[in-house]
Amino acid sequence: MIQILIRYATLFITTMLVLAALSFALAYLFPGDVLVNLTGITPQNEAQRAALIRQFQLDKPYLFQFIYYVQQLLQGNWGYSFISGLPLRQEIGIAMPATIELSAYALFIAIFVGVPLGCYAGLRSYTKRDYLINSASMVSYSFPVFWIALVFILFFSLNLGVVPLSGRVSLLFDVPPQTGFILIDIIIADSVDSGLALSDALIHLLLPTVSIALVSTASMVRLTRRSVIDVLKSPYIAAAESRGLSKRQIFFRHILRNALLPILPLMAIQITTLITNAMIVETLFSWPGIGNWLIQAIYQRDYPALRVGMLAVATVVISFTIMIDLFNRFIDPSREKYERGTV
Amino acid sequence: MRRGFRWATILVALTGLQACDKSEQVAFYQSGIIYCSESNPVNFNPQTDTSSTTADATAHQVYDRLMDFDPETGQIVPNLASSWLVSDDGLTYTFQLNKDVEFHTTPYFTPTRSFNADDVIFSINRWRLEANPYHRVSGGRYPYFESLGIAANIEDVKRINGYRIEITLKQRDSSFLANLATDFSVILSAEYADFLLSRGTPERIDYYPIGTGPFKFESYRKDHYIRFLRNEHYWGEQSLPEGQSNTEHLIYDITPKSSIRLAKLITGECDAIAFPAQTELEVIRNREELELSEKPGLNIGFWAFNTNRPPFDNPDVRKALALAIDKNTLLEAVYFDSATRAKTLLPTASWAFQSDAEDTAYNPVLAKKLLTEAGIEPGFTMTIWAMPVERAYNPNATKMAELIQRYLSAVDIQVNIVTYDWTTFRRHLREGLHDSVLIGWSADNGDPDNFYRPLLSCGAIPSGTNRAMWCNERYDSLINEALQTQNMERRKAIYEEVNRLLYDELPIVPIAHAYRYQAYRKNLKGMSINPYGGVRFAGVTKSL
Repeated sequence: MIQILIRYATLFITTMLVLAALSFALAYLFPGDVLVNLTGITPQNEAQRAALIRQFQLDKPYLFQFIYYVQQLLQGNWGYSFISGLPLRQEIGIAMPATIELSAYALFIAIFVGVPLGCYAGLRSYTKRDYLINSASMVSYSFPVFWIALVFILFFSLNLGVVPLSGRVSLLFDVPPQTGFILIDIIIADSVDSGLALSDALIHLLLPTVSIALVSTASMVRLTRRSVIDVLKSPYIAAAESRGLSKRQIFFRHILRNALLPILPLMAIQITTLITNAMIVETLFSWPGIGNWLIQAIYQRDYPALRVGMLAVATVVISFTIMIDLFNRFIDPSREKYERGTV
Repeated sequence: MRRGFRWATILVALTGLQACDKSEQVAFYQSGIIYCSESNPVNFNPQTDTSSTTADATAHQVYDRLMDFDPETGQIVPNLASSWLVSDDGLTYTFQLNKDVEFHTTPYFTPTRSFNADDVIFSINRWRLEANPYHRVSGGRYPYFESLGIAANIEDVKRINGYRIEITLKQRDSSFLANLATDFSVILSAEYADFLLSRGTPERIDYYPIGTGPFKFESYRKDHYIRFLRNEHYWGEQSLPEGQSNTEHLIYDITPKSSIRLAKLITGECDAIAFPAQTELEVIRNREELELSEKPGLNIGFWAFNTNRPPFDNPDVRKALALAIDKNTLLEAVYFDSATRAKTLLPTASWAFQSDAEDTAYNPVLAKKLLTEAGIEPGFTMTIWAMPVERAYNPNATKMAELIQRYLSAVDIQVNIVTYDWTTFRRHLREGLHDSVLIGWSADNGDPDNFYRPLLSCGAIPSGTNRAMWCNERYDSLINEALQTQNMERRKAIYEEVNRLLYDELPIVPIAHAYRYQAYRKNLKGMSINPYGGVRFAGVTKSL
């Protein structure tokens, strides 16, 4: 057990180091002054410049510079945005939770709609209803997410005017960002009418969540269906049937659990798609998440922000992927003990 | 059965909740106005910046001025000054101030006294005197006052008593009152300034503003929002018609893309928007729930040559380039006919507008000939800087630059289009790194001097509003002469002479005077266009 944990920890640390090295290299690869790219501070005079160079050890070999860079990252000194002048850690600290929140709700929908639908289709495989669910999921799977989001905006926001198209909550509510998760922030904010604010926030969440969830739900349906069909073919189901167990018993005891096992690792792959889609959708709905933030950074050529933003997104994706894989390892005894960790 | 009952109870409870919340909900959404603005203000003090974004965000919301312009007639009307007197020689101005005007009480400052002469003297001295401890704070540039030479022309600002001040000028200036009524001549609190100085944080004065205006600053997040609260002690408050409630919150939702601003206006996420794009005006007109008001604007969009850089120091080259472009096409393609063709700097709405002024006509053949005579080789490369933001006077500078690029390639001139983010763009312009630039000017009052002086006088080069870097002695003496007289006909004649000079020299090519538009939802009451500067929300209410 400990051995497995160590394996995963090593994997995580190595990957992070490679990513950190890459982001460090970006400071040199981006156009402009390396010092500015690395710190986000534009030195006002030569003395300040020299002091910064000494502090960031830019006069030493690359390896020392890199070690100092990693130390700074770990201590939470991520540099400053050169457009807003704010510490990047603070900016990302507000933007990242917004993205995670959006992805989490979409994942929630994907699981609680996708899995039951998939089971249903799997159990009734090759009937009309199965074909219906299957083709519906095929169709929604093939929509590009930015396109479907735009169609939603056009139809529900601009034509019908029933849902808002931007932001997380009406600006009339002054919700101070404390955790970065809007629903939690509303509940803990004291100056806001939380009932009104929550319903306002939920209606803001609706379109972006659904646009992201469509693709993920569709793939969840397809994965579950396939898995259920495979399980149905296995001899232990036939055995259970011959023992005279009721359909309900067979489904909950034998089919569901066995069908879900192979889905879990696939979910880890889904996380990447999910967060990527969330980042695309954010820019369309002006959702103040990391995707939107990175786009702004690109427009404004904010290199320090791009450098750290890329690292932050990669860290989140990798952490989730590794965590799911690890979790999967614990609950699935059929996986070989010494199998290597994967990202 | 029991489970079913429980669900039913929850359902009933939820719908009941919904029903009794309804009126509360309406009251809540009515209590605040959301304005989708186009960009971030530089800070919250319009004295330090001439950008209309800063003025929009602050001038009429947080602050008051000594005088104001009546938006309908353009007359100067009392504001903080209840009356004023000009001496016979035109050099001494005496202002009587209003009493019982309270400054904002906010979490970061509690005033102990109300507005008086000290505040006026501090506000003027801040931009006038280098010795003022606040002069250097926030960069020490006061572009409006520098470019118009107002600061240099003031001899003294004297306190006569607590509510009366006297300003003496060195030379007559018939536009002086108008200048003090513009968005930039706001009145700050001297007590707040002293308080900050004693705390050692003077720079906060421009970021956590205190004024006497209808709204108090609450918070600002760059690229996201600015929040204002109603000033419950606003001295100029008028009683509202029956059934309307006060606007408690004013929020600027910073939305740089005009298409998104329009979309938010349609969904009701914004109650009013800044700068609707010319292409979108039809959409707004066709929507039942939206209102579009328009007025001829006091502005000009132009193409300025950097006359410091050869070959643009040669008037013939400038003239050739002006002849090479077809202004009417630019007007159609960029402004969609929501602008009038500009011949001089002054728009039609100005009293000194000259209808028979000379104008350059599209003539590529003559342009080519002039260029050859001036020794410009075919294939000469120049840059056109296109401003990155939308302004009424130029809604799409990039598109205009591309059109000009095509016109100039017809006379064998290569054009590179350059653009940066707005702050960097203006910094580089001030440094004079451009060959030519597409930009413009929105006037702050109806006085012609407000166009001629900041745009092309020698004094406007260091303050960064003279984009052509053009300095001409005769021009300066003419526009100074115009200020020496109160006789309108005489002034008009001088400006006609100035126009002729500009036609010969062409440091800038006037392109268009755009209409001003304001788009808002019908449920907003009391919105009107202010042709003399920034948007104002005092007295605007919302009813759902």
